[in-house]
Amino acid sequence: MNYALLAPEITLAIVAVVILAIGLMIPKGPHKGMVPLTILGLLLTMGVTGGQFAANVHGTFLNGMYYADNYASFFKLLFLTAALLVVLSSTEYVQKLPAHRGEFYALILFAALGMMIMAGSGDLITLYIGLETMTISFYVLVAYLTEDGKSSEAGLKYLILGAVSSAVLLYGISFVYGLTGSTVIAEVASSLGSSISPAIILALVMVLVGFAFKISLIPFHMWAPDIYEGAPTPVTAYLAVASKAAGFAALTRVFLIGFQQQVYGGSPEVVLAVLIAVTMIAGNLMAIPQKSFKRMMAYSSIAQAGYLAIGLLAGDQAGVKAVLFYAMIYVFANMGAFTVATLIANAQGSDQIKDFAGLARRSPFAAAVMLISLLSLAGIPPLAGFVGKFYLFSAVINQGWVSLAYIGFVMSMVSVYYYLSVVKTMYMEPGEGLPKIGLGGASKFTLFVTMIVTLFIGIYPTPLAQMAISAAKSLIR
Amino acid sequence: MLIEMHASFQWAWLIPAMPLLSFLIIGFITKKWPQLSSTISIVCILTSFVLAVWIDFGIFFSGVGASLVDHPFQATVHWLTFSGVHIGLTPNTFGLDFGTLIDPITGVMLFVVTLVASLVQIYSVGYMHGDKGYARYFAYQSLFAMSMLGLVLASNLLELFLFWELVGLCSYLLIGFWYFKVSAREAAKKAFITTRVGDFGLLIAILFLFNKFGTLNFVDLAKLMGPGFQNAIVFGGMSYLTLTAFLLFSGPIGKSGQFPLHVWLPDAMEGPTPVSALIHAATMVVAGVYLLARTYFLFQHASPAVLEFVGSLGTFTALFAATIAIAQNDIKRILAYSTLSQLGYMVMAMGVGTMTAGMFHLMTHAFFKALLFLGAGSVIHALHEKQDIWDMGGLWKKMRITGTTFAIAVLAISGIFPFAGFWSKDEILGTALKNGHPVIYAVGLFTAFLTAFYMTRLFVIAFMGPEKKENHPHESPWMMTLPLIILGTLSVVGGWVAIPAHGFAYYVRPWGSVYEPDPMNWTLAGISVVVGLAGMVSAYGIYNGKESDPLAAAFPRVHTVLKNKYYVDEFYAWIIKNIVDGIGKVLYWFDIYVVDGIVNGLAFLARFLGNWFRKAQTGQLQVYAIVFFFAVVALFLIITIGDGQLAALTQLGGVR
Repeated sequence: MNYALLAPEITLAIVAVVILAIGLMIPKGPHKGMVPLTILGLLLTMGVTGGQFAANVHGTFLNGMYYADNYASFFKLLFLTAALLVVLSSTEYVQKLPAHRGEFYALILFAALGMMIMAGSGDLITLYIGLETMTISFYVLVAYLTEDGKSSEAGLKYLILGAVSSAVLLYGISFVYGLTGSTVIAEVASSLGSSISPAIILALVMVLVGFAFKISLIPFHMWAPDIYEGAPTPVTAYLAVASKAAGFAALTRVFLIGFQQQVYGGSPEVVLAVLIAVTMIAGNLMAIPQKSFKRMMAYSSIAQAGYLAIGLLAGDQAGVKAVLFYAMIYVFANMGAFTVATLIANAQGSDQIKDFAGLARRSPFAAAVMLISLLSLAGIPPLAGFVGKFYLFSAVINQGWVSLAYIGFVMSMVSVYYYLSVVKTMYMEPGEGLPKIGLGGASKFTLFVTMIVTLFIGIYPTPLAQMAISAAKSLIR
Repeated sequence: MLIEMHASFQWAWLIPAMPLLSFLIIGFITKKWPQLSSTISIVCILTSFVLAVWIDFGIFFSGVGASLVDHPFQATVHWLTFSGVHIGLTPNTFGLDFGTLIDPITGVMLFVVTLVASLVQIYSVGYMHGDKGYARYFAYQSLFAMSMLGLVLASNLLELFLFWELVGLCSYLLIGFWYFKVSAREAAKKAFITTRVGDFGLLIAILFLFNKFGTLNFVDLAKLMGPGFQNAIVFGGMSYLTLTAFLLFSGPIGKSGQFPLHVWLPDAMEGPTPVSALIHAATMVVAGVYLLARTYFLFQHASPAVLEFVGSLGTFTALFAATIAIAQNDIKRILAYSTLSQLGYMVMAMGVGTMTAGMFHLMTHAFFKALLFLGAGSVIHALHEKQDIWDMGGLWKKMRITGTTFAIAVLAISGIFPFAGFWSKDEILGTALKNGHPVIYAVGLFTAFLTAFYMTRLFVIAFMGPEKKENHPHESPWMMTLPLIILGTLSVVGGWVAIPAHGFAYYVRPWGSVYEPDPMNWTLAGISVVVGLAGMVSAYGIYNGKESDPLAAAFPRVHTVLKNKYYVDEFYAWIIKNIVDGIGKVLYWFDIYVVDGIVNGLAFLARFLGNWFRKAQTGQLQVYAIVFFFAVVALFLIITIGDGQLAALTQLGGVR
């Protein structure tokens, strides 16, 4: 056994435990010193993961139960980036928390560790362990505002619905084991061959639903708006980008390695396509009447999951590349928007869209970053979102699903409406009497980074595209 | 084959990058410090100039130039890959690259643009001194330099179009630089909208090419248009390429001010004079000519009627603008119409089949026309914003450097041996006659006479006429006269590249063409010089010592028509007021009641559906869980039935 392959996970686990211990040792005070420590730990882990990616490490563990390949490394880098941005953007937010400030950072790291395990696991049980590591951390994070009824309610709802989805997923996994005698994804595939039976379909559907809950495909999305709204804003951002990407990381590997012959070419593919179409249409339509920014972003993230799943449906290298590419730029665009929302929540204690009024005057930089992030989410060139959608849609057109691409185009146009309504509020409405928004160093840095990346990748996508191709190639050879 | 290259070529991207850098620095950091801003801008553009000279050395003097003529050097980065889309002749996957293309045409343009831009920026330090928008001016200048150099280096049509629009934007910003003047604002809008008409055709042409060939790279397009290409008739007897060529030509009609889209250029003189020299004389307006040269392969493969049209329109514009110039009194407007006329010559050259002469004239014209404008700027500066030539007079004695260099430019544009304009204009006229266009030759020759006439008229009235008491002219500072001297020198020697062996023609010619040495026809050259001299002498005879225009008194009607520019602007205004507005009203009605009706209906539907979907979102956990479980069952059933496994469903209980 080559433990060096596990270096990123081991590093992060140690960092997380150390951070937790330090947080408990200094129970009182603002815990300001925790931020640089956490960032340092994350950067360290990123360095280790980036080294593995650059070296194009490809190894398996325990007879294929765990992978260390570029596909996993790409996602690990994504989770770590998301965690880093969340930590940076929430610095001031955490200062205002009533209690348990130290554990906040540890929980974010543990969630990231769970995601990393999900991305790397080649075995359904390992995968489940990763999933629960992530989700349990999130249960706590969502309910973090103990004084706030909404937050507690969201935490409880997430716990119960999460348990429901976990049960379904585990039930599905047990079917898989019953059918094949193995939980290692590669062995499942060779054992199943191209056979199909109602039992296999049942297993397949349950596994799919378990992940569809995490990535909020309609009709398994119903938790998302309530939980997004109730959770502390930085946690919502983390949930929207990282947890969703982790779901995709796991689902893509399970589908393309484990059930490739069952899913593609048969009716599961058509059903998946219909789910995606419904997700894109309903997600975007339901975002329109929302008045709360976080709820709007919840529906937006449902719609974005629909776009992402298009790459999964394509199911080839180009599709996987598109998913990886889009998931990465989605982190930056969404974090940009949510960082601004965090600032507003901090200054005004609210998340209604009308509270963004006059932001262009109150904080021109924050408004500009919000504008760029939202336009990128809508897929307007020359921003990163345009290129990402371009890859997704062209991948699926290549597989013959032109209709889905058209739905994607049209619904992207629809999404412009609700994204721009926020922009209109920021730029056109006076917003008299609302406070000036002061930007702390960390928030400013987060905003700056998200803006630059969103612009740069939009203008020159090739470097990230090359990374995504290299990762996709390590999954599908 | 392996393309030979010079070490400098891969650094070509730095040439537009330098002014971009200065634009960003000025825009974001130093705009509060005017002197620092102008210094940064000038340092950056001079760096570009040095790089351009280095590259030109590589092209013309290092021995690789001969192979570059047919095999341009390209350095590209990949931008986007299209997969799964089948277009035209391309295989399954193709992409769009962004990059630089270097061949002798690019080399000429790089030299001209960086040189004139550098000189104009140095000149502007004196001319714009004390202006409120000084830093903003240099930021725009840098942005323009970046765009123009990007346009020149573009390796494909999309990239070229992007920069084409950017130079249009810069032109708009700089014409309207003094935005507090209503006339400047109006002129800026007019320039932007008028050229937009031509750009529309260009964009359609680009789409046509992309649709047929699946690439926009110049070299690839040229190859694909080879003998194997089936050029089918598509529209009114026109083949695909012919139609595309006509559409593409509408870009130059707008940008290079050909009739009937010439109206914006004279009004563009509302901008600061150095801007007129750089953008509206030497560089941006010749972008259309450059585009013709760059896509010359398209015109060679299209029907000959296209080039015939190009040549005729150029000739007409040359004559048309020259006649108007005779009756103008504003020094900058005379020069503007002169620019239109000279652009006509360049387009004429392209039309009669000599891309070489067109590019040659582009280069020499850049030298002497920039010189004329900067000279005019020096005069305007000295006379405190007076622009009417009848208010000037006697400047020759007071402004020796400006006067001398202006005189050189007048001789050059009049085509007097051995000044720069002589060589290029003579080559155009000679080729026109040789390639069987006697009418174009005759009109071109007559226009040469008119050119000499109106330029001499300008010089005689403004510089040699009686002195005015109220004027106290003085020579401009050295920052303004130094560019005049440099351009004056080039206006003398710039044409000598054509002798003894025609080095310019050897390098600058269409890809894949064979170089044929074309000896000077001294008879034709002699005729041209005589005609030019005749124009100068008659203008001197008529205008020397006069206080008002004798021709206006002698031919009042003709003069009025010319002075009013054949009433083209009035005609357009009438059309817009009566026809376009009428159509607009109909469309407005259609928009309000039909289009908006549909859009509002859709919006209502979207809102309705959104609300309807939202109803399910009750906030109740039980509902969520029920939906969840029902969905699981539904999915299972749908897939099972869809896969024809319904019968096998009964066995589910006993899988093993």
